[in-house]
Amino acid sequence: MSAADNSVHVQVLHDHNEAGHGSLKGYVTGFVCSVILTAVPFWLVMAHVFENTQVTAFLIMGLAVIQIVVHMVYFLHMNTQSEGGWTMLALIFTLVLVAIAIMGSLWIMYHLNANMQVMSVHDMGSMP
Amino acid sequence: MSHPTTGVVAGSDQDLQFYVAEEHGHAEGGTMLGFWIYLMSDCLIFAVLFACYGVYGRSYAAGPTPANLFDLGTVALNTSMLLLSSITYGFAMLSMEKNRIGATQLWLLVTGLFGVAFVGLELNEFVHLIHEGAGPQRSAFLSAFFTLVGTHGLHVSVGIIWLMTLMVQVAQRGLVPENKRRLMCLSMFWHFLDVVWIGVFSFVYLLSVLP
Repeated sequence: MSAADNSVHVQVLHDHNEAGHGSLKGYVTGFVCSVILTAVPFWLVMAHVFENTQVTAFLIMGLAVIQIVVHMVYFLHMNTQSEGGWTMLALIFTLVLVAIAIMGSLWIMYHLNANMQVMSVHDMGSMP
Repeated sequence: MSHPTTGVVAGSDQDLQFYVAEEHGHAEGGTMLGFWIYLMSDCLIFAVLFACYGVYGRSYAAGPTPANLFDLGTVALNTSMLLLSSITYGFAMLSMEKNRIGATQLWLLVTGLFGVAFVGLELNEFVHLIHEGAGPQRSAFLSAFFTLVGTHGLHVSVGIIWLMTLMVQVAQRGLVPENKRRLMCLSMFWHFLDVVWIGVFSFVYLLSVLP
């Protein structure tokens, strides 16, 4: 038996840190998508494309959400595997808190404004 | 977490194949997760400031409105500066992966210059607004606007200082694992600020100027 037959292969299985840097293709894809997703809303507003402002507003917010996802995937390299899923869990938790803070504030303050009466100078004098 | 384990995979009769499943760079991974949690808490700060702007954004106190004040051309230029700085930072990270110190430093410098251009344009806009009498004390809308956009600009400024510090570190010590870890943290910080800016230009600038 020759020494060559007893060849020993050692393979080191690193964890998934290598995946965290991204690739040139990923960055360029993300950049091109971002440029398009930024240019379109600016064009919609600056060129007055739609008469209906609600359509424009809806499109702007929709494109912003898509662009945020593009940035998360291609620039921040978010995926469900990194750190054993903990980054994704932290992100989802934060998004829930963000939604509660923003939606809750708008909802409550809108109703407070609606309930507020216009006050005359005479009424102000009788305030406690 | 787990200790390095060693296993033997039975190959052919003579060949021995070993694999080592090690928790390589565990401290690095811990730093990344911790920094991510910090970014998420930062995200909450911005969420509350966005909520403030959402509530006060139409309270003009008989003062100037966004349609009078905002120049969308400047905002578009500002946005492109930040977007370009994001891709150049990406190139810096790719150069770092290939251990090219010169290319990394060059891309970091370009990123920093785009960041400086962004902050400069924003400060110019602020000075212009204050000269027009539309300072943060003019109305609730302007208070909320200056707080939100100013906080973002402050973050970018701190990011530029951090970037310059790391350029000195890389020049002195090269791309050692510690510096790579720091550059990865700054990468997350920088791209995160770009994500926040998407919300700012969509929600604060574009939606506000709609009639």
